[in-house]
Amino acid sequence: MSESATLAVGGLFRTCSVTGLKVHRHAENLVKVHAVIAIVAFLVGLVSAILLVLTRWQAVHLLPPDWYYRILTAHGLNMLIFFIIFFEMAVLYFAGPILLNSRLPAPKVGYAAFLLMLVGMLMVEYFVFTGQADVLFTSYVPLKAHPGYYLGIIFFAVGALVSVGHFFAALVVAKREKTYEGSVPLVTFGAITAAIIAVITLLHGALIYIPTFFWSMGLMHVDPEVYRLIFWGLGHSSQQINVAAMVSIWYLMSGLTLGGVVLNEKISRSAFVLYILFISLASAHHLLVDPGFGPSWKVVNTSYFMYMAVLASMIHGFTVPAGMEIGQRLRGFTKGAFEWLQKAPWSDPGFSATFLSLVIFGFMGGITGVVIGTEQINIIAHNTLRIPGHFHVTVVAGTALAFMGATYYLIPLIFRKEVAFMGLARIQPYLFGGGVATFASAMIIAGTFGAPRRHWDISFTNAAFSVEYPAAVDLAMGFVGLGGTVAFLGGLIYVLVAVVSVFFGKPLTEEALRAGTAKVPQGVIKLPPQVHDKELHVAPGTMILVFIFLAVFVVYYFTNWKILSLVWQIG
Amino acid sequence: MQSGILSPQGVWWKPAGRQERVWVIIALIWCLIMFAAMPFWHLKGGQNPTGIRSRVTPADYQARVERFISEYQVGEEKGYPIVEAPPGSHIYMLGRMWQWYPILKLKEGATYTLHLSSLDLNHGFNLFPINVNFQIVPGYDYALKVTPNASGDFKVVCNEFCGIGHHTMVGKVIVTPQ
Repeated sequence: MSESATLAVGGLFRTCSVTGLKVHRHAENLVKVHAVIAIVAFLVGLVSAILLVLTRWQAVHLLPPDWYYRILTAHGLNMLIFFIIFFEMAVLYFAGPILLNSRLPAPKVGYAAFLLMLVGMLMVEYFVFTGQADVLFTSYVPLKAHPGYYLGIIFFAVGALVSVGHFFAALVVAKREKTYEGSVPLVTFGAITAAIIAVITLLHGALIYIPTFFWSMGLMHVDPEVYRLIFWGLGHSSQQINVAAMVSIWYLMSGLTLGGVVLNEKISRSAFVLYILFISLASAHHLLVDPGFGPSWKVVNTSYFMYMAVLASMIHGFTVPAGMEIGQRLRGFTKGAFEWLQKAPWSDPGFSATFLSLVIFGFMGGITGVVIGTEQINIIAHNTLRIPGHFHVTVVAGTALAFMGATYYLIPLIFRKEVAFMGLARIQPYLFGGGVATFASAMIIAGTFGAPRRHWDISFTNAAFSVEYPAAVDLAMGFVGLGGTVAFLGGLIYVLVAVVSVFFGKPLTEEALRAGTAKVPQGVIKLPPQVHDKELHVAPGTMILVFIFLAVFVVYYFTNWKILSLVWQIG
Repeated sequence: MQSGILSPQGVWWKPAGRQERVWVIIALIWCLIMFAAMPFWHLKGGQNPTGIRSRVTPADYQARVERFISEYQVGEEKGYPIVEAPPGSHIYMLGRMWQWYPILKLKEGATYTLHLSSLDLNHGFNLFPINVNFQIVPGYDYALKVTPNASGDFKVVCNEFCGIGHHTMVGKVIVTPQ
């Protein structure tokens, strides 16, 4: 989008001609640098991903074992830490100062924190790719990496913590300088949720990586079970930053792409608060079949104390599509239960990515997560391929896909460039979402037969005793290869579109925008109405969808109890 | 009504619409059912990961396993002792890079207390083909009451990464018919 003539104090602000927001230059620059590094990390993680897929597909079996485990380490760190957290920092700079029309209180601190994160990331990459940290994402003590590896993670985490603090400071400044009236928007509220969970998460990170850093130099003892407990206070809670950020993006994109409304601020905000209160209990999901903890601890923690965080997600799973439905109905798409969905902008990658993210996260990621996180059912799921199957439909087809959808709007709105290869961009969410959903389903099926995760050779060629999985597992691993390849192509298109648009793209002019150029998503050309005079609280289409969802949930849940009841008695 | 991008004005703490209320209540009930299912299974179900949990040093654990083997060894396969203890006994298996040791011989329908621990890193106990999984952590003795409900050869796959030879770590459990 081109620059409007209205520049405020000292030329540090521009006014966005699409949304009318006052955009602080430093906030905008920080959004840009974080997004760019996020996409670089994504590319490293993506190339790693295809190498892993082609190794686990036994018919190809590409990498030797040492490189398989090394690349697996790199894949986890680049995707789950560097890509996601750099992108989330961009989301914070956007949802804080930009959505609130405010200035950034300390731009220099922002850039310094960014550099610290970058240095930390480069250190980790160095030690991983030189083979000095073959410890996988989890680095379970007493598996040991070079001390520099832990130090890199610590630098990264401290940088992220400072950025989060900066975000809170920006909220205070905006409030004090009255840059907005009323309460913060729901999208900002969700980002605040993510930021609070990020603080909890990063403190766990400090609590475990600092002792582990000293342990790696032989200066102190770290108990392996205590490590697992606190590590997952970081490792799982950080997934809840992703959930909160993703749900905020859903609300954001719902507004930008089809004028989706918030049904009830109270309900949606309370659901976000439930995340803050209960989500860090989820460390237990990884410890259900561990020797260090008793049954009452496991039951209370794994269920986020009576599934209160699941309740929160089920609420958003209703209010987000219902908000879309009502927004569409208020725009006149009122026929039947589903005209609103049929007439949704399916060729707008911002919308298709958001909707696919919502559906795949809910139907696949959410349901499988609750089921395998049930204390006893975890006996037939722990460390099998069901686990990565589950988290690829949450964090990849859920969070990453939502971030991709947002990127197609960031390019014109923040980078002020046309979207390159718009035709490819339109099919990208389908390729990526479809590919991930395919390979994750195949992983879940293989894992249901017991096929292990993090394993170089499930044909067990060099093992003392033979293990032969049923043919269904081979077939499933073939689908992992197929779906993985499609998802890889989808990911590659995303990187291509983002990099070419940002670095080589044509600047977006006011004239092109007015002429309705096809080079940007439709919501940028004509922002759908964000305010409606009428109130409407009936969403029949969404009611049908959520009851289908509940039926699938109930069936899958009880099927797993049934499968569990068939194995040996254990207690 | 407005989108989530705009600041709500005035008081937004208002009663929710009927459909929204209905869904929240149904979701809450479902959450409570799932919560109740876990304690219920502890009372009525046959598979729980509770066990008898205690600390043990790797050296002590190894000594216990050796004592167990010398007491009950009945054979050998590929250099692994085959050990058969009477039904009701405490039986021991250890994980180390990259072995599950020794081979256990059990009777279908009999109950044993199976002790599991590691001498070095974390290992993952995965019983093939029935897909039963436990995390094995060095320094901790995880003792689970097990009752095989079928006979045959079972394998123990390691499913926690434990170094470059991880994928070769396979052990064996033999269950003889009643």
